[in-house]
Amino acid sequence: MQGALPYLSLAVWIPILTGLAVLATGGDRNAGPQRALALAGAIAGFLVTIPLYAGFDLQSSGMQFVEFAPWIRQFNVNYHLGVDGISVLFLLLNSFITILVVIAGWSVIESRVSQYYASFLLLSGFMNGVFSALDGVLFYVFFEATLIPMFIIIGVWGGPNRVYAAVKFFLYTLGGSLLMLVALLYLYNKSGGTFSIVDWHTLPLPLETQVLLFFGLLLAFAVKVPMWPVHTWLPDAHVEAPTGGSVVLAAIMLKLGAYGFIRFTLPILPDASRELAGFMIALSLIAVVYIGLVALVQSDMKKLIAYSSISHMGFVTLGFFIFNAQGVEGGLVQMISHGFISAALFLCVGVMYDRMHSRMISDYGGVVNTMPKFASFMMLFAMANAGLPATSGFVGEFMVIMGAMKHSFWIAFAAATTLVFGAAYTLWMYKRVIFGAVANKQVAALTDLNRRELIVLGLLAFAVLAMGVYPLPFTEVMHASVNELLRHVAQPKI
Amino acid sequence: MSPGAIAFIDHLPVLPEVILLVGTCALMIVDLFVKDARRGLSYALAQAILLACALGTAFVMWGAGGSRLIIFNGLYVADLMGHVLKLFAYIAVSAALVYSRQYLLDRGLMRGEFLTLLLFALLGMMIMISANSFLTVYLGLELLSLCLYAMVALNRESAASTEAAMKYFVLGALASGLLLYGMSMIYGATGSLTITEVAVGVSKVAGNTAEHTFLVFGLVFVVAGIAFKLGVVPFHMWIPDVYHGAPTAVTLVIGSAPKLAAFAMAMRLLVNGLLDLAVDWQQMLAILAVLSMALGNITAIAQTNLKRMLAYSTIAHMGFMLLGLLSGVVGGNLLSAVEAYSAAMFYVIVYVLMSLGAFGMLLYLSRAGFECENLEDMRGLARRSPWFAFIMLVLMFSLAGVPPTAGFYAKLAVLSAAVSAGQIWLAVVAVVLSLIGAFYYLRIVKLMYFDEPRDAGPVLGPPEMRTLLSLNGLSLVALGILPQGLMSLCYLAIRGL
Repeated sequence: MQGALPYLSLAVWIPILTGLAVLATGGDRNAGPQRALALAGAIAGFLVTIPLYAGFDLQSSGMQFVEFAPWIRQFNVNYHLGVDGISVLFLLLNSFITILVVIAGWSVIESRVSQYYASFLLLSGFMNGVFSALDGVLFYVFFEATLIPMFIIIGVWGGPNRVYAAVKFFLYTLGGSLLMLVALLYLYNKSGGTFSIVDWHTLPLPLETQVLLFFGLLLAFAVKVPMWPVHTWLPDAHVEAPTGGSVVLAAIMLKLGAYGFIRFTLPILPDASRELAGFMIALSLIAVVYIGLVALVQSDMKKLIAYSSISHMGFVTLGFFIFNAQGVEGGLVQMISHGFISAALFLCVGVMYDRMHSRMISDYGGVVNTMPKFASFMMLFAMANAGLPATSGFVGEFMVIMGAMKHSFWIAFAAATTLVFGAAYTLWMYKRVIFGAVANKQVAALTDLNRRELIVLGLLAFAVLAMGVYPLPFTEVMHASVNELLRHVAQPKI
Repeated sequence: MSPGAIAFIDHLPVLPEVILLVGTCALMIVDLFVKDARRGLSYALAQAILLACALGTAFVMWGAGGSRLIIFNGLYVADLMGHVLKLFAYIAVSAALVYSRQYLLDRGLMRGEFLTLLLFALLGMMIMISANSFLTVYLGLELLSLCLYAMVALNRESAASTEAAMKYFVLGALASGLLLYGMSMIYGATGSLTITEVAVGVSKVAGNTAEHTFLVFGLVFVVAGIAFKLGVVPFHMWIPDVYHGAPTAVTLVIGSAPKLAAFAMAMRLLVNGLLDLAVDWQQMLAILAVLSMALGNITAIAQTNLKRMLAYSTIAHMGFMLLGLLSGVVGGNLLSAVEAYSAAMFYVIVYVLMSLGAFGMLLYLSRAGFECENLEDMRGLARRSPWFAFIMLVLMFSLAGVPPTAGFYAKLAVLSAAVSAGQIWLAVVAVVLSLIGAFYYLRIVKLMYFDEPRDAGPVLGPPEMRTLLSLNGLSLVALGILPQGLMSLCYLAIRGL
């Protein structure tokens, strides 16, 4: 990629700088230009990620679009960016979702507009940084920096119990990642003074050390994913966060944890990963089955979708720790697909919440009578969440179950129950909210989707269907990198 | 060249001290003839003296070219670490003057005493920083402490201030006594007060158990003296009361520059003098560090007074900094010493910047007749003054060690030193305790951003203070994005020891 623009840096810094510009010029008086500027930044941020996909070399399993510059010489920390088939899609997903979030907040957010948009743009830039960082410290800096805007988003524009949720979110994730910092420093020390993640992949480590490091990293990533039993921050955060916050949280932030597993845990600690695979599979299955059941009894729509997210992310970690191509690729596909579907479902709840100011299922009923367009969109997303074939939700789950089948029938069986539970809680919620007689006066007075909402949900519907019908463009970029990863994980490096 | 010229060249490194001493004496006299209404003159003079000192130090630094000079028969050492720490001490004192001016004027405390005591305290710090003899260390320490005792009691009408000053004085005198006692024992074992000669003396007694016990006995008292100055558990009792009781302007002074001097004192005594006893003092520091981080972070949560909260936060931070000091020598091996000590130095400097900003913010939010010192006073700051709420947010996240702020790199450097010294468990304990610490910093952010303000009045302050406070906060972001420069400086400074 000689002579090309530094697309990764642009993808990281355009949103951040636009965010700062929005913040600096901010004020509640000129909200209109603020929104336009934020949208322009988000779109520019998305446009620069397109060459990453278009120019991606499908045959190569190595890092592409690499950028390298020394940063802190004492610690041999470098500004080292690069993407491979595993990470490239997340930059696109993140930048795409950022646009939707900016549009979705257009007329909803009235107070402190510039701070709102600045938070989301900064967050988007930081998360692109996480997905493209190839240096341990750089990764950690971006990983941690995401906490600050999200903390503000939940705390300032959130619901009644926002302070509790924001602080819980912050402390949970900070706690996890501080141990990761110690693990990273240990790796730095063992590798003779490098923070390069790619170099760490080939670093020989004794099994006991690997196991300790595994747990050091596990907490950081497990909290983010979130895996059972460190998931309890997520329902709180989702319920209290504003719609945009929930969307970014579910669609992108959760993926940071799963991405950590595949970028750090598996390749750097392959022996410990294989050793502890049973443990990880067990935790994943608990998330899939138990949390699926928990979702069934929720009376708050956002909480229900939050639990559904945990359950679906259980699929991702399950896929990663069964060590075959279907499993890992299925996990990755599931991550992307869940990014679309959870974003869409949270936006759907947001659409209703903006009109009714309630998230309780019991306050609704018969919405289809007043909002037919909305009902059909939500039907699609609910079906996708339940894993209906021809939607993106099906592809990932199917691949993971196939992979699990190769590993063990009973694991596959347990995972497959989610198709039942997932359908049960999603469709039951859909039935109670959308169908039936018009429940009350407020529902009777509902107005259908406006153009802005139509654009947002329409784009997501297109993505969900496209990925479900023709997943090849998504999977073909991962093949080379995933195969290389699996080959690497299969070799002991004790 | 005449002998006089040689003596002058030889003694050039004390130029900043001479400037400060002469300048402060002049200030004292000038101030006698200045009326209260024209007190701005004394203030400007004090700032000019600081600027002259900074130029002096820069000149000496440039002239020395990184070499290490020992003058006055071994009493005084001029090296890069000393120069760098002094420069940051000037910055801290100068910023303290800017921040506290309006506050002191409002309360009728802007008198010549404050300025002269402050500058003499700075002189004490400089002597401590450049001390190469137990005698000089003690001299500097006492000069600094006596000035601070008096400054704490500057507001004569306040019972809390008087109580704090008494407590500080009594405990400080005790600590000085302990330090002197320890020094006398080490003198007894090595036969010298000069730190460089003590180092030679200590290496000679290696292997001699009786002498070694004697030295360690002295060492315990020296470490206690240092621990008191740093304010680490169990020698921290004075910190919360003094921070709370003193006028905020004085708390700002106590909480910033003297930490640099205390760090220098630890480096001079422990590293320059007693490095051969590292195995012994590292164990002591490990206990102090863990206790400080635990007590500081946990107790801070329970505080409703911001000054007290920041006092406990200081205790925790100094404990964290000790992790760097105790990671230098691994099994008699000095390979990672420079990294470890420069990490601690970086930590102290960054801490001083954060502490200046945090207390500066309290001064900024205080008005005539209103002390901003309770957590509640931060309520809704984001609505009253979005920009300064943002600066405070940066300060708090930096204190909590969240990237991309300088506080993170300080923690990173120190943790890295601890991990490479094999102190993994200490590092884990440190991160768990700093997680607990994050909670109370976060609470400030919560109060500022998530809560509605109680009084909706706009926040006003003199323009130079607004500028400096903004720069102070932004410097932490700048250091967070590009920490390389300051880190290299610390590295070079420690390597020059």
